[in-house]
Amino acid sequence: MATTEPLIEHHVLEYPGGYTRSLGTALSRYLTGLRAGRIVGVRTVDGRVMVPPTEYDPETGADLDEYVEVGPAGVVEAWTWVAEPVAGKHHLTKPFAFALVRPDGADIPMVHVVDVASPDDMSVGMRVMPRWAPERVGYVTDLNAWVPEGDAADGSAGGGVDRQGAGGGVDHQAEPVTGITVPIRLEYEINAGRASSKYLRGMAEGKLIGQKAVGSDAVYLPPRGSDPTTGAPTEIEVEVSQIGTVTTFCITNIAGLSESAPEVPYIAAQILLDGANTPYLGLVQGIAVDDCRMGLRVKAVWDENLRPDARCLKWFEPNGEPDAAYDTYREYA
Amino acid sequence: MRDVAVISFAQETADKDRERNEVEFIIPVVQEAVRASGLARHDIGFTISGSCDYLSGGPFTFVQGLDAAGAWPPVKESHVEMDAAWALYEAWVAIQAGEVDSALIYGFGKSSLTDVHQVFNLQNDPYTVAPLWPSTVSLAALQASALLAGSDVTERDLAEVAARSRRDSLDNPYAIVGEDVDADTLLARPLTYAPLRDADVAPVTDGSAAIVIAADDLARELCERPAWIRGIDHRIDAPHIGTRDLTTCVSARRAGEEAGALQGGFDIAELHAQFSHDELILRDVLGLDGATINPSGGALGANPLMASGLIRIGEVARRISAGDAGRGLAHATQGACLQQNLVCVMEGE
Repeated sequence: MATTEPLIEHHVLEYPGGYTRSLGTALSRYLTGLRAGRIVGVRTVDGRVMVPPTEYDPETGADLDEYVEVGPAGVVEAWTWVAEPVAGKHHLTKPFAFALVRPDGADIPMVHVVDVASPDDMSVGMRVMPRWAPERVGYVTDLNAWVPEGDAADGSAGGGVDRQGAGGGVDHQAEPVTGITVPIRLEYEINAGRASSKYLRGMAEGKLIGQKAVGSDAVYLPPRGSDPTTGAPTEIEVEVSQIGTVTTFCITNIAGLSESAPEVPYIAAQILLDGANTPYLGLVQGIAVDDCRMGLRVKAVWDENLRPDARCLKWFEPNGEPDAAYDTYREYA
Repeated sequence: MRDVAVISFAQETADKDRERNEVEFIIPVVQEAVRASGLARHDIGFTISGSCDYLSGGPFTFVQGLDAAGAWPPVKESHVEMDAAWALYEAWVAIQAGEVDSALIYGFGKSSLTDVHQVFNLQNDPYTVAPLWPSTVSLAALQASALLAGSDVTERDLAEVAARSRRDSLDNPYAIVGEDVDADTLLARPLTYAPLRDADVAPVTDGSAAIVIAADDLARELCERPAWIRGIDHRIDAPHIGTRDLTTCVSARRAGEEAGALQGGFDIAELHAQFSHDELILRDVLGLDGATINPSGGALGANPLMASGLIRIGEVARRISAGDAGRGLAHATQGACLQQNLVCVMEGE
């Protein structure tokens, strides 16, 4: 039945432009190195070489500052296959391997990717070489992928990269890399849940449907599925009035707080609808902002296009009744 | 030390529940755990939950969750952005400190709203690892690869764990995958995440769990056979997985040592093994010879993130309370490749 279909909304969690992160000493060395086609690790307190480097010893937390160039070749210590790369996340677009690769001269392996045609080409102990990105910017994917040692030697996996600077330790680009921008995007299919779905479907019929628990007189609107005083499920549906009382309000004079905000100044109010026991947060229009007051009686104004969407209750406006006495709403103010 | 026991437990799971939201998963388990405890809701001294906002992609899910916990008039409350097994630890500490005599602990999460294995990439190093987007499963599979290469564990050992878990899940009404299957059958299936197969990976699960714990005579009065917490501890390893020996788990070993687990003698153990090889590593470091492992089917049968570790504690406790076990071990984990581990040792009286 259509009425029991879940209400689902696509939701994207993303920080526009990505996160900007400053690197600090060790990671600046590392990413500046990758930009120059070099892999830089650091010597730990017990004498091991770790890559990528950190500023602190992984076991003791002591400061580390003896940077060591490692590789360029390395060995695969563990691997797994990614049969379906995820667009927008994985930088390789065809199936590849994640691996723990230990560059020659390092004692601690790094997480990175290996580009081979098939999982049959992967094995623990295999020798690999870095394939550098043709244009490098100081990011972890400047090392585009590790590839089998033979592949790199014959140039098939190369990017026409000039590595002349590697031995001498001099970067082509003088300024060290000090920051990176990391895009992060997550996508969700959020479902409204039972209580909110019933409430929103009520709105599609121009009704306000609250809920209460068995044995309680308190009607919650919008309902969340439980009585917050006991946690008991609110299984009884109660249609509440479209008329209510302003219990408190504020006048906004700052423009542009949200895309859906009306022109300033506007009134946002807590409205105790007759028959409900929780105030409803809504806009009040049809009255000069200076005339809004606690106790004002208002009625709901709906969009012509009713739908399961909280925005189709557009605002409230005065209904002409005398103001409510303070005692009728004092517990909610 | 005060004697503290688990006195009630409830759980709820589903495979991609499209009807209920996260908060609606809490309602039945809190109602049931409180009812079964024998305490009135507001006689429980402390309320604490475990959840993760990244599962639903919105902030402060746990605040809405309070509506389902019955939090008015105001309760003494806390929250961890972790599996609720760690919430239980905090509640246990509050009881040890003498602040309260009882606590309600609940954990909840819907993993089905997004690609949850990608989401947990955000807990990796944001400079050198997260930009490559290894999923939870990819990192676990690297650990499996390291274990297969660096120990005498074989792919068949993994398949035996997976097969036993799927068979045991058939008897667990809260498990979402269950199958009468043997290792040979599983070994014939594709290596979805080589060297792991689908059956080696915990299913994406929505769910919740709640537990009430109580101290001393209160527990004795309320529960015929309380599951006494004899030791509980949690430890964490370094985040950079390259720095760890992935064939073992030092933090789980240490947590087990501190919780008094290493003397053994367990009838049962519920391990939060989200991958087949996790169980083999944990059995090795915790010394569980002779114990029945994951009689519920474990996390390979159902793994509602943020509740799954708490469910391990509940599964052990309910068997002790029922008289089916005398001494049991519960384990919970967080982070990539068994980074952080909690061990809880429980006994009947």
